[in-house]
Amino acid sequence: MTGLLEIQGLTAHYGDFKALFGVDLILEEGQTLAIIGANGAGKTTLMRAITGIARVSGGSIRLKGRDLAQLSAPDILTAGIAMVPEGRRLFPSLTVEENLQIGAHARTGNRFWTLDRIFTLFPILRERRSQPGTALSGGQQQMVAIGRALMSNPTVLLCDELSLGLAPVVIREIYAAFPTIRDSGAAIIVVEQDISQALKVADHVHCMMEGRITLSGRPQELSRGAIHDAYFGVKHA
Amino acid sequence: MMLLDTLVQGVMLGGLYALFAAGLSLVFGIMRLVNLAHGDLIVVGAYLILGIGTSIGINAFLAAAIALPIMFAFGWLLQTALLNRVLGDDILPPLLVTFGLSVVIQNVLLQTYSADSRKLPVGPIESASLPLGPVTVGVMPLITFGSAIVVILALNWLFYHTALGRAFRATSDDPVTAQLMGIRPRRVFAIATGIALVVATIAALYLGARANFDPSIGPARLLYAFEAVIIGGLGSLWGTLAGGMVIGVAQAVGASVNPEWQILAGHIAFVAVLLVRPRGLFPRAND
Repeated sequence: MTGLLEIQGLTAHYGDFKALFGVDLILEEGQTLAIIGANGAGKTTLMRAITGIARVSGGSIRLKGRDLAQLSAPDILTAGIAMVPEGRRLFPSLTVEENLQIGAHARTGNRFWTLDRIFTLFPILRERRSQPGTALSGGQQQMVAIGRALMSNPTVLLCDELSLGLAPVVIREIYAAFPTIRDSGAAIIVVEQDISQALKVADHVHCMMEGRITLSGRPQELSRGAIHDAYFGVKHA
Repeated sequence: MMLLDTLVQGVMLGGLYALFAAGLSLVFGIMRLVNLAHGDLIVVGAYLILGIGTSIGINAFLAAAIALPIMFAFGWLLQTALLNRVLGDDILPPLLVTFGLSVVIQNVLLQTYSADSRKLPVGPIESASLPLGPVTVGVMPLITFGSAIVVILALNWLFYHTALGRAFRATSDDPVTAQLMGIRPRRVFAIATGIALVVATIAALYLGARANFDPSIGPARLLYAFEAVIIGGLGSLWGTLAGGMVIGVAQAVGASVNPEWQILAGHIAFVAVLLVRPRGLFPRAND
């Protein structure tokens, strides 16, 4: 099977510590793929490896057939992969509008996502556009982080722990933007510790443990027990 | 009347110190690099202007205009070939490298130009003065102060109204996340150092036009620049201007009491401000 993004045998290290062990993954056009797993499972490392922040020590990352594994983070963004990092990581010295504009720093030509479209997707940001990004509530900051990533008009959008620290009503509001994002032509990979949320939004789910994918399938195909076993590495009673 | 005259002269002198400091502040604000060779790079700028002026036979202002892009390219190369290699979590390597650079620059200048002091010829403007109300101000100090304001305004415009300025601030905030936005921090740092040396060259023009210079005076200019940056608040450009003015006024007041107290008065003002405001007059909120 060929996909938009194909990852094969991906390994990554932090110094001498091996964090990913031959991860295989395929993301197809228009798909939303969820990666679940406990803390330390390797989910964030996988995101950082795909975006060029973590050093890839083996395997391949192909976007539309082009291998990105040894490219720098800016080159990977230009190739079409943008990330909403864990913890939002907005720039404190930039306003909301500037945080969004910086997402388009490497963009050339006219593309789908503009400031106006981001403000239509998240109307509250239009009102807060002149405020420092970090002065917003957690949910609003998450909206800025998503908007900032979209401003590069990505082919693939990676979302790392969107729901972390947010109230359920805010999480629902943020995930409500996903259909519009998919309609813009971006496929999505979402990393989540919140299993129920991941199962709701995803077409396909991978569960990671200790740097490996231990379970894959469509949400409706995966039993609660199988997910429990793959998530915690122990047999479900 | 004499006090007013002293204060005005001090403010004008503060403009020169702000020019010394603006490049240092810019580089520190973006990459947290304390460039110990900054004073010597100002002196390099002065010798470059002198060299261009004497070889082509043009006015120092025109020579400075030619020197500006050369110094930008020098700054870009310096950052790319040397300083980017030592930037990291540990602040010691860049300090040692820029200290070494300072020594190398002084010795190269000494070897090339000897220890004789030089001055940039700017013509009759050098001794011209203007009556401004109850006081008389030299034209060169006035142009120096005006240039400092223009430089600070231009740097602020660059920082807060351009895509490059956004990239500067984003990289300063979080270089790793900046890379996720397509920003290349090392390239941003190279541009910043290039701009810092452009500002250093402007400072060099007024340094050389107002007083004698020789290869050994860089460290003292660095000290004034440091004091201006720290008094103003690290990374704040308008703070840097204010810091320069504090030192300038303190030196002018000190000199009016006793000419030997001029330099000491500036240093005392620096310590006094730090005692009252340890983070400077206008610290950045996220420092």
